[in-house]
Amino acid sequence: MKDLALDALDAVARRGVTYADVRAIETRERDISTKNGKAGHVSSSESVGLGIRVLAFGCWGFAATDDLTRAGIDSAAALALEIARAGTAAKKDDIALVPESPYQDTWVSACAIDPFSIPVDQNLGVLLAVDQELRHCAGVSLAEASMHFERRRQVFASTLGSLIDQTRTVSGAGFSAHCYRDGEIQKRSYPNSFGGQFQLKGYELVEELRLLDHAPRIAEEAVALHSADQCPAGEFDLVLDSSQLALQIHESIGHPIELDRVLGSEANYAGMSFLTLDQLGRLTYGSPQVNVVCDARPAHGPGLGTFAFDDEGVPAQRTDIIRDGRFVGYMTSRETAAAVGEARSNGCMRADGWGRLPLIRMTNVSLEPGAQSRDEVFGADHAIYMETNRSWSIDDKRYNFQFGCEIAWEMRGGKRIRMLKNPSYSGISTEFWNACAAIAGPEHWTLWGVPNCGKGQPEQVMGTGHGASPARFHKIKVGSAYGG
Amino acid sequence: MAAEVSGAADIFEQVLAAARALGVSEVEAIVAGGDHALTRFSNNAIHQNVAEHTRQLSVRAASEGRTARATTNRLDRDAIRGVVEQAIAITRLAEPDADLLPLAEPAPYQQCDRVWEATAHATPGDRARAVAQAIHAVEAAGQVAAGIYSTGLSTFSILNSRGVSASYSETMARFSITAMAADSSGWAKASACHHGDLNPLALAQAAARKAEMSHTPRELPPGRYTAILEPAAVLDLAGQMFGDFSATAIRDGRSFLNDRIGKQLFGGNITIHDDVRHPLQSGAPFDGEGVPRQRLTLVDGGVVRDIAYCRQAAALAGAAPTGHGYPLPNEYGEAPANIVIAGGNSSVDQMIASTERGILVTRLWYIREVDPYQKIFTGMTRDGTFLVEGGAVTAGVRNFRFNQGLMEMLSNVEALSPAVRASGEEAFDMVVPAMKVRDFNFTEVTRF
Repeated sequence: MKDLALDALDAVARRGVTYADVRAIETRERDISTKNGKAGHVSSSESVGLGIRVLAFGCWGFAATDDLTRAGIDSAAALALEIARAGTAAKKDDIALVPESPYQDTWVSACAIDPFSIPVDQNLGVLLAVDQELRHCAGVSLAEASMHFERRRQVFASTLGSLIDQTRTVSGAGFSAHCYRDGEIQKRSYPNSFGGQFQLKGYELVEELRLLDHAPRIAEEAVALHSADQCPAGEFDLVLDSSQLALQIHESIGHPIELDRVLGSEANYAGMSFLTLDQLGRLTYGSPQVNVVCDARPAHGPGLGTFAFDDEGVPAQRTDIIRDGRFVGYMTSRETAAAVGEARSNGCMRADGWGRLPLIRMTNVSLEPGAQSRDEVFGADHAIYMETNRSWSIDDKRYNFQFGCEIAWEMRGGKRIRMLKNPSYSGISTEFWNACAAIAGPEHWTLWGVPNCGKGQPEQVMGTGHGASPARFHKIKVGSAYGG
Repeated sequence: MAAEVSGAADIFEQVLAAARALGVSEVEAIVAGGDHALTRFSNNAIHQNVAEHTRQLSVRAASEGRTARATTNRLDRDAIRGVVEQAIAITRLAEPDADLLPLAEPAPYQQCDRVWEATAHATPGDRARAVAQAIHAVEAAGQVAAGIYSTGLSTFSILNSRGVSASYSETMARFSITAMAADSSGWAKASACHHGDLNPLALAQAAARKAEMSHTPRELPPGRYTAILEPAAVLDLAGQMFGDFSATAIRDGRSFLNDRIGKQLFGGNITIHDDVRHPLQSGAPFDGEGVPRQRLTLVDGGVVRDIAYCRQAAALAGAAPTGHGYPLPNEYGEAPANIVIAGGNSSVDQMIASTERGILVTRLWYIREVDPYQKIFTGMTRDGTFLVEGGAVTAGVRNFRFNQGLMEMLSNVEALSPAVRASGEEAFDMVVPAMKVRDFNFTEVTRF
């Protein structure tokens, strides 16, 4: 792999470039799922290829190939340069990069149990046991369970002299129970919806999740939702579980702080951001207890945004985003950092494989734990507690959002009074975060993985990490999804 | 031009030999590949400009009621043998399924010729020149342009040990542009198998006109309005429901069509087909097992008629497969993929002229399902939202959030334009009309 990356770098560098980098990537994946007592999806895949990024004539060019012959690499190198040259037809200014040092390093993410050492029939055995437990509950009409494992080795080489070899292992698992009855479909998931929990770990993640232990409760809740009252509409104090809050962070903080979208790079697709450059250091993003960091370092935890170096060879860093409620930082790249007066990128460039160009992507964008106990967070006189995302939507500048959850409870004095179905809440991002009244402490903090974040054209799907504890928000609009 | 994927037959011979050497005779291979390039621009300059060459071999083995799939992008002899070994190894560890069918038998299909050499070989320079011209048009209006121009060739072959040998190739070009003024924006997008059918300059001018027309947007209260949805908005919203026209989804109890087949769900003016051979459609004329796609009448005068069946779902239901199955193994079964919503004889201009007070919508964004059985979706308007008063567009308006049930929406359609090939960002390309819809449910308004 190192030779491959260096050969490709040589093939493009000798053609005369301002800068070039190459990412040679080898990926192995396994996906296993079950549905109603049967194997659903049983597959494995491998992929190897390289992407060549070149800065020449003041423009970027990028070509990727899985033809790893000498001729294939030469062809990709020539095409990358031709593409850069073509960019001069619509160029305003030469691309400039902030400086970065060269690095030679090897890094392998922690993995206690190699997931690929576990036989497929053992994976299926675990999932089918969960499936059987879910369908023990009368009324469950559809039981689904899944696991995903991925190992990616990436060698990065650049004309700065960097040669960085990183291997990351990702695991994910989860299940859901559906209940279709009387003209209504209800669903509960564990430990999160849309595939469960995903972390930078080995098979130990599956064991830690104790899937089977949680199956009876999840099945019973899916059925019980049919008898629950509709979530009322109005303004309520709102408590969110940490997995829903993780997605709230992702959509209403993580995306708006991407400096490339602030500067217009995503205007045609993912959109722009309300966090215009004049807001930096001035905007009161949240209440004083809201502190958010963007942290790719392994010390932050085994997140989907954890690595040693980003995809343009910049070391992983921790950056304050919101400090004591004030907006203080963006996620940057070597091309964009200068726009906010920074002399160095904070290391957020990531690509979803060898075939794609690195973009500014969330690493681990996390809400720091608060000082309150769980009882203090849940202990409002009257509140609605929502758990597990069901739907999510936000406008293209990230002001107006609406989320739906799988289940909610009306709470009085910290006690669950009644279960509520079809809960939703909505608002404006900064108003929501300024309404934050209490955040639970570090013992309740979980680093969640969002495996399916889309951005870019052609679209890239990236895994991001978001740590959060349950938190309470004051006077939030609830129930408009079913309004009108 | 005849569609033929070079090398697929040779690769399959190696797959077959490797499988037989391991004692497995039931084996299927998908050989896919492509060359795709995309020129992306923002702030009136090209900023991301990429190309990708890919190939892939995906092998499925079936043995004693078990099946599993292994995939690689390495196509040398050792790698081909390796992926077959992997597929067979995990197949032998998979759980048996009493409902698993033998591999599909060969069936004739009518080829769709959708390869244009000029599009397959469009150069970075070709795309850059068209982009430069489009940017110039937006810049001349005092606005800022962002967008993409992509061209590419995709190839797909499926072969199996019972003799299925189906191949399809297709070129595709897409141009999309957002024009941004000080406090407003406009958008246009089109796609075609032949890039010569696209007119980037005209799309740029249309986006710039919308940005100009929507300047100084007014804030209107949320509520129910007559909405005139341009084709991209219809596509992105109505397109969310077609995964439910699936026998497997109905069997699983996750389709909004459960207990609703044969009922009048939509207005009498709504008729929808799935038709891979429609002249404005794209995509392979066979499914993920090589079964030829049939034309379906999904909705006839507002009544749901046909649903899609993969082979296994068809066998369980005592029906015939329709050629809409995904590659096995999978959890979802099948879905229609070539949607054609029948149009009418109105036009967007006529819809505006006939509207006393309403909202003209260019595009919708971030559409997500709120309720799976009521089929309620939420999302936002974007890049060209206008107030219509007294039969004319009178102002741009701040963007709305909607929460709209699709059964209600498609029961409230007052006028349809002729259907066109539309391209959005939330659903795959379809052939759809613009629609005038009464009582569209806008529930909130955002800040721009």
